[in-house]
Amino acid sequence: MIDLYGISYGIGEWFMGIVAVILDFFGQWITPFQGLADWLMRVETLNLLAILIEVMIMVVFVSIINLFIIMWIERKMYGRLQDRRGIMLPLPFRKIQKGTGFLQNLADGMKLIQKENITPKNADKWMFDIAPAIIVTTSVLVFVAIPFSETFVVAELEGGLIFILAILAIAPFAVLLAGWASNNKYTLIGGMRGAAQMLAYEIPLILATVGVILLAGSLNPVEIVLAQQRTIWYGIPLILALLVFLVAIVAELERLPFDIPEAEAELVEGWLTEYSGMRFGLVFVAKWVRTYAGAALITVLFLGGWSGPILPGEIWFIIKSYIVFIIIVWTTWSLPRTRIDQVLNIGWKRLIPLALLSIVIAAVFKWVGWF
Amino acid sequence: MTDIWINMGPQHPMTHGLFNLRIRVDGETIVDADPILGYLHRGVEKLCERRDYTQIIPLMDRLCYVSSLTWSHAYCLAAEEMMGIEIPERAKYLRVIALELQRVASHLMWLAAFGPDVGLITALLYAMREREYFLDMLQLMSGARMNQNYPRIGGVRNDIPPEFPHKCLKVLDYFDGKRKLYRRLLDDSAIFMMRTEGVGYLSKEDAMNLGVTGQTLRGSNCPIDLRTHDPYEVYDELDWEVQVAKEGDCYSRYTVRTNEMWESCKIIRGALKKMPKGPIRVKPPKRPKGQAFRRTEDSRGEALIYIIGEGGESPYRLKVRSPVFANMRAVPVILKGHTIADLLVIMGTIDVCIGETDK
Repeated sequence: MIDLYGISYGIGEWFMGIVAVILDFFGQWITPFQGLADWLMRVETLNLLAILIEVMIMVVFVSIINLFIIMWIERKMYGRLQDRRGIMLPLPFRKIQKGTGFLQNLADGMKLIQKENITPKNADKWMFDIAPAIIVTTSVLVFVAIPFSETFVVAELEGGLIFILAILAIAPFAVLLAGWASNNKYTLIGGMRGAAQMLAYEIPLILATVGVILLAGSLNPVEIVLAQQRTIWYGIPLILALLVFLVAIVAELERLPFDIPEAEAELVEGWLTEYSGMRFGLVFVAKWVRTYAGAALITVLFLGGWSGPILPGEIWFIIKSYIVFIIIVWTTWSLPRTRIDQVLNIGWKRLIPLALLSIVIAAVFKWVGWF
Repeated sequence: MTDIWINMGPQHPMTHGLFNLRIRVDGETIVDADPILGYLHRGVEKLCERRDYTQIIPLMDRLCYVSSLTWSHAYCLAAEEMMGIEIPERAKYLRVIALELQRVASHLMWLAAFGPDVGLITALLYAMREREYFLDMLQLMSGARMNQNYPRIGGVRNDIPPEFPHKCLKVLDYFDGKRKLYRRLLDDSAIFMMRTEGVGYLSKEDAMNLGVTGQTLRGSNCPIDLRTHDPYEVYDELDWEVQVAKEGDCYSRYTVRTNEMWESCKIIRGALKKMPKGPIRVKPPKRPKGQAFRRTEDSRGEALIYIIGEGGESPYRLKVRSPVFANMRAVPVILKGHTIADLLVIMGTIDVCIGETDK
């Protein structure tokens, strides 16, 4: 297991040690520097620095390394599903890639950076600019509370699950904002659809987690996983809740059976229509980050998080979350798109009763005393 | 939300071609629709008046970019009727094979476009993969993949190569083997049925009154197929059935189109078996006089060509009746009361080809 906090603290201490030595050296002549060096080496300062480094490591891991892998998996995977080879960019590093096209996403990102960032003339500029920022920050912020292992977690919050669900729930607001601010009929309809759909699917999403909370007796994701290690993966007794959660998270992520807000055939690109350049790229990439967050959440809540034999916990977590991600991708590319009223019907009339039923099942398990 | 007008086109992913469908929506419900055509008008009918009879064939090929062979064939039929010539038996069979290959290719292109309409991009790549084999067969037959320029007034341009029947049967076997795949990908999918069943209802009376033809008419329980009702070439000698569906919704139009593909395969098999040996072309008369019209079953409906010759190098007048142009009239009727998402499915099953619509 990787002790994220320990590593971050170590890096911070080592770096500050060097800085303090240099400051001490100059302190021979400039006395205030000595006091500064002492302040830098205090535990409180190092703690703060360690947290910042933690966040940095997490952001680099989630939104750079992990993101490239999942984007590559998705594009390669649905390429194979459609009888194509998928991405296989030959340049650069032709020898290392060997036709896998791993760096294609990087090249796409470079292209988007070069593009002009157009704001429509009649758009509400401030809102238009801030909507992608909200989506991206909330997407990355989810990973603050998701534990990759017992120690590889940025913040072990007592109400971590509430925090994750709350952060995920901010996105519909940004979608509506983006759709409205663009001042375009397609984006307006897309934004309205997005808000309606995401609000409808918040409820089964949260209700499906209630069973897990009941069994684990905690809102802390780390505690939930530890409870699963003691008993059994909650995906087995609460299979119903797992399925409800999977469907709800796919709808929440606007993936294909439910990608009504950005149905590209009817609404061009939905609420994303007016975005261009890297702003578009950011929102587009944030979708993948959110998808991975969904897969990671399922792993934590239902598939026993990092528990598993032989291999270290982080590897187990990543394997499990990638398998969940692949299942999501598979459904995405083999199902047609539903209609907005059908989506809402499924959400309100099917998923919510099923989620309530799963709570009853969990309560019965708890009452019988199996957990 | 109050009523707003939305432009679905001319540059929009919904339009399979260059046309504008203006819709008035109340929230998501379509209150009114107004198709605006003419963005791709090339004046084909006028161009025909300045070309001699053989030069018109490649021009007719370019009427529809998906199903070009059926159009040049319709023109050749009308010209032959005007000139009063009978073509050899073998040429008739060759034409039937070419037409049906083109029909399957066209329907596969429709399926490829219909997939993304309902949100299934995977269907696009599968259908395009199959279409490639049929284009290969057309290429083997005529030398070209898109604008074949294959029929001639009085027959066909060239005979098929000796290896053609064997290769063609292989392709048909391959395609028949894929039937299960398409059923599982589309028909067995609950979401696909949710999207198409009961959506875009067009009653038999409305369909007939609006002059709708082709698969849209046959989807509304009206078994009219010109290949049997006004038989041309050798369709009446071959063993096949007209495909009809009863419900009149998008799913029945879909089933009619897909079943027609398998039926076309059946026709090709029969034609390959029955094809006699002999000449493939007779010489047409020069400077013909008279007038004639012939209607044929195009890939999208009833194609009609009316031709008047006044003893000159080129026809005096040539009129094209486009099936999609007439089918477009039914669009506002079908669309009323549906949502924006249904619009795609409905327009997908109408199968718009703007090349022939705008002429």
